[in-house]
Amino acid sequence: MTLAAATELATATNEHLASMSNTLIYSAMTVYTLAFLAYIAEWIFGSRSKVARTANALTAESRQQAGPAVTVKKAGGTAVLERPKVVVRAAAGARDVPDGPGAHGGDVQGDMYGRIAVSLTVLAFLVQLAGVVARAASVQRAPWGNMYEFSITFTTVAVGLYLVLLALKKNVRWLGLFLTTTVLLLLGLAVTVLYTASDQLVPALHSYWLYIHVSTAIFCGAVFYVGAVATILYLFKDSYENKLEAGIKPGSFATSVLERLPASASLDKFAYRVNAAVFPLWTFTIIAGAIWAGDAWGRYWNWDPKETWSFITWVAYACYLHARATAGWKGRKAAYLAMIAFACWLFNFYGVNIFVTGKHSYAGV
Amino acid sequence: MSKTETDKGQEQEDLGAAGSQLSTAPREEPLSAVPAMGVIGWLRWFWRQLTSMRIALLLLLMLSLAAIPGSLIPQSGADINKVAGFQQAHKTLAPIYDKLGLFHVYSSVWFSAIYILLFISLIGCIVPRAWQFVGQLRGRPPGAPKRLTRLPAYTTWRTTAEPEEVREAALKLLRRRRFRAHAEGDAVAAEKGYLRELGNLIFHVALIVLLVSFAWGQMYKSDGTKLMVEGDGFSNALPMYDDMKSGSLFRSDDLVPFSFDLKKFTGTYESSGPNRGTPRTFQATIDYSVGAYGKRKKTTIKVNEPLHIGDSKVYLVSHGYAPVVTVRDGKGRIVYRDAVPLLPLDGNVTSNGVVKVMDGYKNPQGKSEQLGFQAFFVPTFDPKAGTMMSQFPALLNPLLAVNAYHGDLGVDAGIPQSVYQLDKSHMKAFKDGKGQLLKKLLKPGDSMALPNGAGSITFEKDVKQWAGFEIVQEPGSVWALTGALAAIFGLAASLFIQRRRVWVRAVRGADGVTVVEMAGLGRSESAKLPEELGDIAGILYDQAPGAPDPDDPATPDPHVVPAEGAEK
Repeated sequence: MTLAAATELATATNEHLASMSNTLIYSAMTVYTLAFLAYIAEWIFGSRSKVARTANALTAESRQQAGPAVTVKKAGGTAVLERPKVVVRAAAGARDVPDGPGAHGGDVQGDMYGRIAVSLTVLAFLVQLAGVVARAASVQRAPWGNMYEFSITFTTVAVGLYLVLLALKKNVRWLGLFLTTTVLLLLGLAVTVLYTASDQLVPALHSYWLYIHVSTAIFCGAVFYVGAVATILYLFKDSYENKLEAGIKPGSFATSVLERLPASASLDKFAYRVNAAVFPLWTFTIIAGAIWAGDAWGRYWNWDPKETWSFITWVAYACYLHARATAGWKGRKAAYLAMIAFACWLFNFYGVNIFVTGKHSYAGV
Repeated sequence: MSKTETDKGQEQEDLGAAGSQLSTAPREEPLSAVPAMGVIGWLRWFWRQLTSMRIALLLLLMLSLAAIPGSLIPQSGADINKVAGFQQAHKTLAPIYDKLGLFHVYSSVWFSAIYILLFISLIGCIVPRAWQFVGQLRGRPPGAPKRLTRLPAYTTWRTTAEPEEVREAALKLLRRRRFRAHAEGDAVAAEKGYLRELGNLIFHVALIVLLVSFAWGQMYKSDGTKLMVEGDGFSNALPMYDDMKSGSLFRSDDLVPFSFDLKKFTGTYESSGPNRGTPRTFQATIDYSVGAYGKRKKTTIKVNEPLHIGDSKVYLVSHGYAPVVTVRDGKGRIVYRDAVPLLPLDGNVTSNGVVKVMDGYKNPQGKSEQLGFQAFFVPTFDPKAGTMMSQFPALLNPLLAVNAYHGDLGVDAGIPQSVYQLDKSHMKAFKDGKGQLLKKLLKPGDSMALPNGAGSITFEKDVKQWAGFEIVQEPGSVWALTGALAAIFGLAASLFIQRRRVWVRAVRGADGVTVVEMAGLGRSESAKLPEELGDIAGILYDQAPGAPDPDDPATPDPHVVPAEGAEK
């Protein structure tokens, strides 16, 4: 075989892989749509049950009758029955509200649809993962050279994170509907507006730092994203609880949906944990980028728009973490800061690539 | 279980002492406390405000807001041409922006003011915190509060063991789990997770180190460029640079002494497929030596792999072609022979530039004159493409198009002039027989004769390549990196390590049976705290097994409230 023929063949396989990747991404979108419908079904069937734990815990008459705010945690080990039990008490001043039962609201049919939805999400995730891998194989590099590739990888990681949290038996199934909705939107945007034919990288991107810097950036984005969803839900649930506490009766739709979510304190804690856990990694992402910039552009910090916005995002999240530890800023104010921080991250990814030109411009629209 | 108000007050007090100094975070004081004293009072008030968490938070917010304009408005530090373009386009806005320092946001007064205030606030915060932390390390964890039941995690049981035995066992157990523990009165007090505080302090100190080294680097940096044709040499001294930017405290003898010669530049490109022409590798092979008498060493510089010499780094930033051109006068005497670096115009390295023959040329009338040639070069000319633009970035079929001028180049006027442009105001074009502008496409080895025996220009068979280097010297970057890495570790420690206290009280009850009480307190409401307390209680329970309840063995432990107790 001549060299030219060999290259031709290689090119053909690459194009084949690229189109296979596209098919897989479209298939994943179809399955996500089915999962989305199943989540909707879970929420609808769940609305049949009339849970009102939050309302019970917070409305005036029941509060008087409510016993001391204590719950029991089982001690670790096998000899649980013989061992002393640990009594857990909420911190002074904190509202003690039990978590909602989840989207299915305790309804059996709702729960079934929820399980179907999770299974479909797993399937969609696997198909999408295959799509990302095929894309990587077609370009023979990490699949994050432009915004299209970044988008498909980013959503895969976000869904993967959700599934991992589920597998770890964390109470996160309520995230499903919000996650699939936004993943579908993002993927739709990716395949229509952001699509770029598979392409090679310019020499400036030939560095192992690409793997380190961009992969951590994607991962951080996915985690921040999950944190932001929890923060939004916290804001809704918190105002719902505030209304109940003030004796106002919230709307029936709000009641139906919000009663089934975890307590605002749990949502807030979840959002904080998620954001705090990934903050050091985000710091690392920026530093890794700076080290790479030092090798590629001559200066480790250039105030390039992308760098500036990662810095702004970093400062915003630092603000959030500080605010959460500061009296008078806890709760809603801190949550608003978290939303601002995530908005900065989003702008850094979409806005900077689209509206601003800088040294990261080869990331491509 | 009703309690009087005094009871409650007492409880709060107990818990307050136990929870004290669990962190060294500053306590918030109301902002409204404006003093009515003199200058010193005001200064103290100002200092207190500046070092408060609330102001630090506001400064952080302001810093992120202040960084935004720099990412949207062109910055002179990044691209001076863009700034000039912006100033051209916005005649009214540009002077206002200029006054506000919006073209150099990150070195502007107001941006600096914010971060300097922030760092003063930071120092004012961490110095007392560090001091307090040392005090905590030297002291002991506070004793057990009176009512352990009020703590976030609590457990109790009755045991047949003696109270002293239980306390001793608890002390040993807690120490084995690397708690700082000591017995005080009827209880054991223990604390763990001091690394959280240490990490926090390290993180904040590391930020200061990072900022100081960044500022240091900015003041002492130098950043110059040099274009070199294969075979050229460079030694690191100010006059050798094409262009040089430097910090305010930089002096030319700060330059690291070294020199290098560009031996060869290699660029490889994708030769087929849809990405034909996409660059694959760029590398410059050089010989370099450090110091005045250093040994010469051979190395390569690639796009992501600069050459490090001391504090200096040499980057490969651009490349292009430099065809070798010979100019002869009417008598056939060589008046010029050199490789002429041309500037690329597109990805396929279609390039242009000029050849300036400044002296040594005499026209057929015997008068001294200067010659200028406009050169347009394509490394790969494809006659089938129907365009003069290059079809591929490598040298497959080079072609040089020239036209010629004679007269005064204007280089002797003392006004700096671009070497890539021809000032034609005092030049006359050579015309061909039909009165058209004289021009010719030259293949390597071809010549173009100038009319009326004015001489000729030859495109030699040798086409060299040139490489553009950026030589950057930024001291303090090692410190910046150290600070950054320390910040990550400090941050991780301060976020992931829980600082918590455990108390174990063992006393003889009224009926003579020992009652063990255990409680845990953490800074944040972590789910790990009760888990850990459960683990410790489990182990301690094995060593101090439960005693039967004297009243009724069948009744469950009165302290254990059934799950979901909150729901009636």
